Amino acid sequence: MDGKKLLQEMLDKKAKGQLKAKDRYAIGPQNMPAQDEQSRRSNVKEVALGYTETQAHLEALRCLQCPTAPCVEGCPVRIQIRDFIAAIVDGEFGKALFIIKENSLLPAVCGRVCPQEVQCQEKCTVGKKYKDVAMSVSIGRLERYVADLAKNGINIPAVAPATGKKVAVIGSGPGSIVAAADTRRAGHDVTILEAFHKPGGVMVYGIPEFRLPKAIVQEEIDVLEKMGVKIVCNFIVGRTRTIDELMKEDGFDAVYIGVGAGLPKFMNIPGEHLVGVYSANEYLTRANLMKAYAFGKGADTPIAISKKVAVLGGGNVAMDSARMAVRLGAEKVYLVYRRSEVEMPARVEEVHHAKEEGVIFCTLQNPKRILGNDKGYVVGIENLRYELGEPDDSGRRRPVEIPGSEFTLDVDTVIVAIGNGANPLLQQTTPSLQFNKWGNIIVDDNCKTSLEGVYAGGDIVLGAATVILAMGQGRVAAAAINNYLKNKK
Amino acid sequence: MYKIVLKKQLSENVFLMDVEAPLVARAQKAGQFVIVSPELDAGERIPLTIAGADKNQSTIRLIFQRVGKTTAQLANLETGQSLGYVAGPLGRPAHIEKFGMVVCVGGGIGIAPLLPIATAMKDAGNKIISILGARTRELLILEDDFKTVSDELIIVTDDGSYGQKALVTQPLEKICQRTPKPNLAVAIGPAVMMKFCCETTKKYNVPTQVSLNTIMVDGTGMCGGCRVEVGGKTKFVCVDGPEFDGHQVNFEQMIRRMNAYKDLEKQAMEQYQQHKCKIGLK
Repeated sequence: MDGKKLLQEMLDKKAKGQLKAKDRYAIGPQNMPAQDEQSRRSNVKEVALGYTETQAHLEALRCLQCPTAPCVEGCPVRIQIRDFIAAIVDGEFGKALFIIKENSLLPAVCGRVCPQEVQCQEKCTVGKKYKDVAMSVSIGRLERYVADLAKNGINIPAVAPATGKKVAVIGSGPGSIVAAADTRRAGHDVTILEAFHKPGGVMVYGIPEFRLPKAIVQEEIDVLEKMGVKIVCNFIVGRTRTIDELMKEDGFDAVYIGVGAGLPKFMNIPGEHLVGVYSANEYLTRANLMKAYAFGKGADTPIAISKKVAVLGGGNVAMDSARMAVRLGAEKVYLVYRRSEVEMPARVEEVHHAKEEGVIFCTLQNPKRILGNDKGYVVGIENLRYELGEPDDSGRRRPVEIPGSEFTLDVDTVIVAIGNGANPLLQQTTPSLQFNKWGNIIVDDNCKTSLEGVYAGGDIVLGAATVILAMGQGRVAAAAINNYLKNKK
Repeated sequence: MYKIVLKKQLSENVFLMDVEAPLVARAQKAGQFVIVSPELDAGERIPLTIAGADKNQSTIRLIFQRVGKTTAQLANLETGQSLGYVAGPLGRPAHIEKFGMVVCVGGGIGIAPLLPIATAMKDAGNKIISILGARTRELLILEDDFKTVSDELIIVTDDGSYGQKALVTQPLEKICQRTPKPNLAVAIGPAVMMKFCCETTKKYNVPTQVSLNTIMVDGTGMCGGCRVEVGGKTKFVCVDGPEFDGHQVNFEQMIRRMNAYKDLEKQAMEQYQQHKCKIGLK
């Protein structure tokens, strides 16, 4: 049935007080309009195009408004999901956004990149009824819809009178953006110190344009600047100034460390130094931040001209790398992952889009070594096949090598996307700050570090995780900083 | 910000620039580098060693060779114009100590980053023997600065147009054969020059520091593009270096990785030069 007709039917029933749960179930999940599979392989424009108003309305009606609202439990920042969806049903999109923004400052980002299927949507009663999370209410898509509507005319949050206290925020990714906003709202003088020439952190260098348009990130940065937050780029804390110097000489009363997980992990297999082997960080930074897709046409950073690519890994970064390789013109892109598809940590939507774009999934395989020619260039990768054996401590079945199953994949580029660790620069230059054995900063429940006045959150604390977790910690830390500064002379 | 306050051409393809970068000038130490770009938005990021700094003026000195599009773009900027940005200082400072007698070897453009190190070594109380090498007289830079800082200065050119007709390894070997031999060698220049200097000093067990100049993107340790094998382990030039024990560096592998974009670089330079000719700029 036509969406508009169905919507009218539902609204009529609702007006008469006759809208039942079974009517809501009958609506069915609304498909996200997307760029055509073939043509999007050669552009970097956003793939998911966003719901129409009718779709958003219908999807919101699928929500049962159940009393327990388990979806809120599933959200790391406890957005009042049931309430914002009720506002959408009533056509009050501004109110819906207001509800979201009480807890999340980046709905246009999180609506796009949150792994909803393991957070809010996993808990959804509708999904539970069908025993299929794909049947849950599409909470993320609704969040995105509402956030995108507000594009023109974003309200600048009010800033309290100047306190005379100075806060330094290190890094400009999601955690730092949110920490900067919350400390600025309290009236403090806030400066973001960013190492790159453009702010946004992983949202600009890592997540590609086709998944998260940079204009969206820029809007959030613009709001900060309108609030009076200062943003200084090309400033590498630990080298340009140390944390000690910032606090003892430059007048900063508190510091938030949001530097992220910026150390690429390699597999330590033979051949990883061959020309044509990239960490995903390098590949994506060249492609996204430095616009290598436009090399020679206004951008100057080169990237390998790849015909056959192997991407190692199964997370969102691996999907991003594979899909970017497709757009950069590769004829064949293999995704090599040692477990099976259901165990892939990537968002379901990314896996789905990657398959549609022709990425070849090579699961239950792992590379032994990368092969090169006498010029030192990659010519192939030798993989081993695996099978799933007994479960390990985590309960997941452990992949077990099948001896003698080696075979070679013909490739000229290998992208290693197996995770990121903590960049050691701060640890090397801030001796009194405590880190754990993996290089992550140790913090208490208020995100306070071992140094007075110094707080930290996001990937540098949690290890490589998500935008929303970084944002959650940024807010906790900002609240703690505001409290600390209130009492500081 | 990042305004050029002084620009000089030292030879056909070598340029000197003093750039306003107060925070970098304040923090920088011998051996460190910066990442620069001629344009803010989509310009290429390249590493350039800091050749010196003037804390009062708040400037840093960059001496670079025009080899490709980005360095050509930089070379076309004039005093009063600005770079897109300068980020730093990056890398670990050079290890400076009173070793005793230090032989400093500079090849071509490598002479520029060698000067602050030789100066710091001198200030630390070392006896400095400097060997400067260039293909030909016109390409020899910073001779006067090295005269000031060295106890002994040897100049060689490939074609004999100035100083001895020799490669730097020849006088280097003679110095290693002296009694006492040098306590340390510092060699900076093209990768293949550093490689041969290390092979020479290794024969005499003279510890040798080199400064590696791999391709970089971020310069802060997050991409791994600058990785090299040192003593069989993977190191990042931007955060573990740029200074390394030359005897442990896998130079062949490093040289291969540095050639990764040769074709694209050539294409970009040709495109840039054509564009410049078409619109009548120099």
